[in-house]
Amino acid sequence: MLNTQNILIDFKNISKTYGNNLVLDELNLSIKENEFLTLLGPSGCGKTTTLRILGGFEKPDQGQVIFDGKDITSLPPNKRNLNTVFQKYALFTHMTIAENIAFGLKISGKSKTYIDDKIKYALKLVNLDGFEDRQADSLSGGQQQRIAIARAIVNEPKVLLLDEPLGALDLKLRQDMSYELIRLKNELGITFIYVTHDQEEALTMSDTIVVMNQGYIQQMGTPEDIYNEPQNAFVADFIGESNILPAIMIEDKLVEILGARFACVDIGFGKNKPVDVVIRPEDIDLVKPEEGTIQGRVTHLIFKGVHYEMEVMANGYEWLVHSTDMVEVGQEVGIHVDPYDIQIMNKPESEDEEAVGINE
Amino acid sequence: MNKNRKLLSGPYLVWSIAFIIIPLAMIFYYGFTDETGAFTFANIAQMGTMENLKALGLALLLSLVSTIVCLILAYPLAMILSNLNVNQTSFVVLIFILPMWMNFLLRTLAWQNLLEKNGVINGILNFLHLPELQIINTPYAIVLGMVYNFLPFMVLPLYNVLIKIDKDIINAARDLGATEKQTFLKVIFPLSLPGVISGITMVFVPALTTFVISDLLGGSKILLIGNVIEQKFKQGSNWNVGSGLSLVMMIFILLSMAVTTKYDKDGNGGAF
Repeated sequence: MLNTQNILIDFKNISKTYGNNLVLDELNLSIKENEFLTLLGPSGCGKTTTLRILGGFEKPDQGQVIFDGKDITSLPPNKRNLNTVFQKYALFTHMTIAENIAFGLKISGKSKTYIDDKIKYALKLVNLDGFEDRQADSLSGGQQQRIAIARAIVNEPKVLLLDEPLGALDLKLRQDMSYELIRLKNELGITFIYVTHDQEEALTMSDTIVVMNQGYIQQMGTPEDIYNEPQNAFVADFIGESNILPAIMIEDKLVEILGARFACVDIGFGKNKPVDVVIRPEDIDLVKPEEGTIQGRVTHLIFKGVHYEMEVMANGYEWLVHSTDMVEVGQEVGIHVDPYDIQIMNKPESEDEEAVGINE
Repeated sequence: MNKNRKLLSGPYLVWSIAFIIIPLAMIFYYGFTDETGAFTFANIAQMGTMENLKALGLALLLSLVSTIVCLILAYPLAMILSNLNVNQTSFVVLIFILPMWMNFLLRTLAWQNLLEKNGVINGILNFLHLPELQIINTPYAIVLGMVYNFLPFMVLPLYNVLIKIDKDIINAARDLGATEKQTFLKVIFPLSLPGVISGITMVFVPALTTFVISDLLGGSKILLIGNVIEQKFKQGSNWNVGSGLSLVMMIFILLSMAVTTKYDKDGNGGAF
């Protein structure tokens, strides 16, 4: 039986600088076999560099990359049992689609019938049957993306690296392709390592998300963990919309936000300790003024399709609220938050953890 | 507005009529007439004489050799250039282009001085008690002159295509298992073909028709087809035969241009 808990890839103390720019600082990361792992973060956070070090296109200044028990840090890309899908597809424009897909197989000296079968199989897998003789540059962006994936997977790599593969596609196509990728991952049963700055893509597809910023891993966990229990303000702000507020932990299960006391479920922070709290906009209930913990007035109202987005001015802070019920602008409301919807976080200890670069 | 814009092309129009179209028409006229002005194919047929065929053959051979030498020298240089960062590139290109700011004739004369029997190079070789270099007035000196003068025209189109190849395409080839050598043969070189073709034309055509280089470095003993045509115009004052031979040469040039356009369909050779 396949043990899915096997560690397949291990980054050990990887650092990388470009000029004076520290891109990765002593990164440690373990990736399990058969995992769909996403490196998520704003541009310049080191996610692409991490992927390129694994692909063999960059050498780390220090540290080791262990792959399947072997140190591959200084192995050239052609000796690694993994394949990459590049951001701008990087198809060979002087070849047909079939020649593109056959490239890796021809180099490894496979027989012609084997190669032909593989081309057929791969094109079927990415839903582009019959495209063998087309030229690479005659295809649309989405089609080129599929060919890039087909070209990589025919080599039966243990790991597929994907560098923002959907970045250049439009929204609808992006959504379709992310479902395709999940299906492919399940059919192939290999490890996917995916790089993106799009939190929605990350939440939809991943088994594990690694949130990165400024060369550090901010948080690693399942999509649910990352969304519901962000460990710091950066993660909270980068993943989804949120109200991030300074607060004081009065005692276990009681927090004071903007002068009002809310019941929560967190313990072990100590007494009267300054903390940050995250409250997701959909977790705020607007109730009658006298039933709320604090009172305020609705200042903005936008219809978003699935829900209404409202801003409520209360105790000097504009609370972002998502609700399927509409409340008119100007109306007095009370704000209620269920205890388990309040996420308490320690204040950042160093500058690196601060929510910098969020607005990119 | 539209009318004013059309006026802007006026100077170029006048220029091309005066210095391109009319001279071309005159060459056609002289090429197909004899001294009395009667129509004839005799001038064209002059290319068939033993002496002229020999000059043409030698010109084709020497320019072919020069083109190959240029390609072999230029390709690695262009690859190195395309891998440097921008600051380094402009410095290296400057060093490379610097000699081109000197007059073409001066450069060739300088080579004549360097290579001469009692020239600079042999002076140094004598001083070091090494055997003399005796290539002046031989085809080797002509090839050397051609390579020296035309090398930049090979480097630039090659550099232009190589710099445009996405680094990730090269990474993709490596990623798919290709060694550096395989990556070069299967990906980099095929993708650089437009630049190769462009460079070949840019070197081959001027080398084929040159008469200055063969004059100065080949002595008067070695006649290329360029020298023959030059002599017809200057010494023999026979414009008719000179024009006739020029027309034949034009066919060779058009042929190599046709090859260029056929392979350079994307127009990314960057040379023309």
